[in-house]
Amino acid sequence: MRNIWTIAKREYDHYFISPIAYVVAFTILLVLGIIFALVIWSYSGQTFFGGGAPDISPIVGSFAFLMVLSTPALTMRLLADENRMGTMELLLTAPVRESELVIGKWLGGMLFILTVIAITLVYPIILNNLVEPGIDQGTLLTSYLALILVAAAFLSVGVGVSALFSNQVAAFFVTMIALVTLYWLMGFPADYVQSGAEFFRHMNLQTHFYNLTSGQINLTDLVYFFSLIAIGLFTGSMAVETRRWR
Amino acid sequence: MIRVEELTKDYGSRRALHGLTFEARQGEVVGFLGPNGAGKTTTMRILTSYMPPTSGEAIVAGYNVVSESLEVRKRVGYLPETVPLYTDMVVFDYLKFMADLRHLPNADERVGETLEMVGLLDRANGYIGALSKGMRQRIGLAQALLHRPEVLILDEPTIGLDPGQVVEIRHLIREIGKERTVLLSTHILSEAQQICDRVLIINKGRIVVEDTPENLQSRLVGAERVILRVGGDSDGLAPRIEKVKGVQQVKSNPDGSLEFQFLPAQDVRQQVAKTVIEAGYDLIEMRAVGLSLEEIFLELTKEEEPDKKKKARS
Ligand SMILES: Nc1ncnc2c1ncn2[C@@H]1O[C@H](COP(=O)(O)OP(=O)(O)O)[C@@H](O)[C@H]1O
Ligand SMILES: [Mg+2]
Repeated sequence: MRNIWTIAKREYDHYFISPIAYVVAFTILLVLGIIFALVIWSYSGQTFFGGGAPDISPIVGSFAFLMVLSTPALTMRLLADENRMGTMELLLTAPVRESELVIGKWLGGMLFILTVIAITLVYPIILNNLVEPGIDQGTLLTSYLALILVAAAFLSVGVGVSALFSNQVAAFFVTMIALVTLYWLMGFPADYVQSGAEFFRHMNLQTHFYNLTSGQINLTDLVYFFSLIAIGLFTGSMAVETRRWR
Repeated sequence: MIRVEELTKDYGSRRALHGLTFEARQGEVVGFLGPNGAGKTTTMRILTSYMPPTSGEAIVAGYNVVSESLEVRKRVGYLPETVPLYTDMVVFDYLKFMADLRHLPNADERVGETLEMVGLLDRANGYIGALSKGMRQRIGLAQALLHRPEVLILDEPTIGLDPGQVVEIRHLIREIGKERTVLLSTHILSEAQQICDRVLIINKGRIVVEDTPENLQSRLVGAERVILRVGGDSDGLAPRIEKVKGVQQVKSNPDGSLEFQFLPAQDVRQQVAKTVIEAGYDLIEMRAVGLSLEEIFLELTKEEEPDKKKKARS
């Protein structure tokens, strides 16, 4: 446990000296800020999002979309760079388990994205003060839970992929492809196949994401996210472990 | 304590280690001497549980490197060959990170003490990326010493250091070796002779010779080799040098210099210099060159050659 925290803390600190992390955070906050402005604008009489009472769903939905594009940039170097620089030799000869290393890396990314998520809370807080009688607290809660779970799943996939490579760019693109597949492509066959549509819908991450943002917490959705997290971290641990045997 | 028995390692179909067997006791500095590709790094990576052997057994600090690797790693300090460091980290933070991974109490103080040991306390707040190669080498050494390990494994610890630092590091290693087990690799014969209590010479994945530096020295009789250069033509000089008592194997090199050997017990350089000058040549340069490792191997494996031939014939 202690090792996980030590590794996570170093990664978290590292993001603050990394230009890529700043670009990611800035882009997310900028795009969400623009969308937030549009939400307010539509509230003030315009009908950009189809009128009605403003809510945070456009922000939450866009955030998930932005994470598909940005989390690969946050995870690409986590293990690939250790492989490239040879520092993996130090970590693997220190009394640290492979799983601790991988979970620590993941947690470091998680803490960073949680920081960004925390900053975006200003939007619902402002919105809550603007509209009467305030926005729905229940959906706000489940929406942010959904965002955290999506981030956790994406980072886990990214860490798992990063462990397989020594090259950050390769890790970036493979992670991106994996996330695009999870987030969109999985859903496409559902509309075309005769049987098994339910399966593809279940595999598609968006299904579970929107179940949560709509305000319901179902066990199947939680299980889906936790399985993804476990698979990514397990892949990462195995990849680090097999490096020893090559 | 290190005990290695019949260790082999295959990289794919290539065998890098062919059944290594050796021991290193507490309070002993053992040198691993061998040319590049001999298998020094491979052995050390196995001993530090970085990778498992293909077969054979290695016990380090009382634990098996494969089945009890975590226990081994707690007790070993390791300086890898290409000192891997996070160049974008501050020296102190990096060592603190490594100290935290080892759960050291009072990590801050320990990092400070260790930096002082390797003479880099004044660089504690600098970035690793801004350090010279020699300093990075010492940071790597500090990292290996942080937890005051029972067993210290150093892969070419003095490579890239300037001569002054080499002396300091060798001294430090000797000090540490008094109460711990140190295994260090080098491809410099004189270094092995200076710091080690025992030298294992390894070539092509096999231990060729195992001996004390003193015995090695006496087995290497005839090892002093001198290169001599004169201004202008050196015609006719070789026979004159040959006549000096104690001089052996005078050769003319293609570049115009002469080369000869002498027994360490009988330094003939003064006589040779006198001879050269009295014969009217301008002596420009005379320098001792150590034997190359290849020559040492030839030298050291010579005795075993007849045996092999006998076996081959029968
Ligand atoms: N990761 C590796 N993959 C394949 N071959 C390797 C690897 N590491 C070392 N070797 C080979 O094993 C032999 C021993 O190498 P090494 O242990 O690095 O020698 P040394 O440290 O004595 O220079 C060499 O022939 C080298 O090419
Ligand atoms: Mg080597």
